[in-house]
Amino acid sequence: MATTTTNPKDRTLLAVIGDEDSVTGLLLAGIGHVDQNQKKNFLIVDGKTQTNVIESAFQEFTERKDVAILLINQHVAEKIRPTVDRYQAAFPALLEIPSKEHPYDPAKDSVLKRVQKLRGD
Amino acid sequence: MSGTGPRESVFPTRMNLTLTKTRLKGAQTGHSLLAKKRDALTTRFRTILRKVDEAKRLMGRVLQLASFSLAEVTYTAGDIGYQVQESVKKATYTVQARQENVSGVVLPAFDGVRSKEASDFNLTGLSRGGQQIQKCRDTYVKAVGTLVELASLQTAFTILDEVIRATNRRVNAIEHVVIPRLDNTIKYINSELDEMDREEFFRLKKVQGKKKRDAEKANETRSTQNEDYAEGGGQLHKDDGIGGGQAGGADMLDEGKDEDVIF
Repeated sequence: MATTTTNPKDRTLLAVIGDEDSVTGLLLAGIGHVDQNQKKNFLIVDGKTQTNVIESAFQEFTERKDVAILLINQHVAEKIRPTVDRYQAAFPALLEIPSKEHPYDPAKDSVLKRVQKLRGD
Repeated sequence: MSGTGPRESVFPTRMNLTLTKTRLKGAQTGHSLLAKKRDALTTRFRTILRKVDEAKRLMGRVLQLASFSLAEVTYTAGDIGYQVQESVKKATYTVQARQENVSGVVLPAFDGVRSKEASDFNLTGLSRGGQQIQKCRDTYVKAVGTLVELASLQTAFTILDEVIRATNRRVNAIEHVVIPRLDNTIKYINSELDEMDREEFFRLKKVQGKKKRDAEKANETRSTQNEDYAEGGGQLHKDDGIGGGQAGGADMLDEGKDEDVIF
């Protein structure tokens, strides 16, 4: 299977794309990581961030070999919805999380959409 | 009938019949095994499906709590965002993959690991709000724990989905393509062999009939020739066989009792 070709044991990091509050909180929990090339595993999105910046960060995090879980704010995911919906791979796992201003809407989640379709309701 | 449906291109021989029958049996075994695997996976899939749904909703609440505690921090300690972002060096909260086996499918599961090293944010909130920051951090660690759990469920969901699809494809392929094909091949070989049998029988009958006719013909010619010869005054000689003559063909053992021989 194509999705399990890379060893999941090498993947230890969590990556975040989100607004400042979400990222700060998660960084406080200790998930932040800056590697030797000064590459961060998080991206802060505010009102001025271009969509293509988000998109390229999303690509980068999904292609990195050490990221196990990619967290993305739902309202940010909404901006790059086609890319997010197209993403089907098992690794890294993509999680859409709510942010402070944007409560969680299960109907928009790409995974939950599939879940609901499979459960038949 | 033999001409219906696709079949393997084999020569209709008895050996190929046996081979095809073995293959059909193998295909049936494989089909039932795959069907069992599919059922096992689907059962697992359903439980995971439900759990994913629950966990997703739970996550919403957990993160809401977490952002609330962050708001408390902002209230007491001011905006710490920049400070936190700049002091990040190394992840202290990492995940470790574990593998679980569900009927031959490896499902990864993540475990959150908090390293014992001092965190990068020791100096954050030194002047004020240190306690709130500590509390907020714990809340977020818990939230991340929930997220990690959800992520493993989701990964399992994605992988299982894919595997179930592949298994379904295989089951259907065997059921609707391979087995009918082998069935057709067996039917074809059988009918062809029957046909050959009939042909052979007919051939033998024909040969027998021909031989009989030939023998009769020869007999007839001989008797007419004999008659012609006898009419012409010839003497007919008949083969009397061993022993010959009148007594010819009699059984030696049947000739009554021999006289005793006295020496």
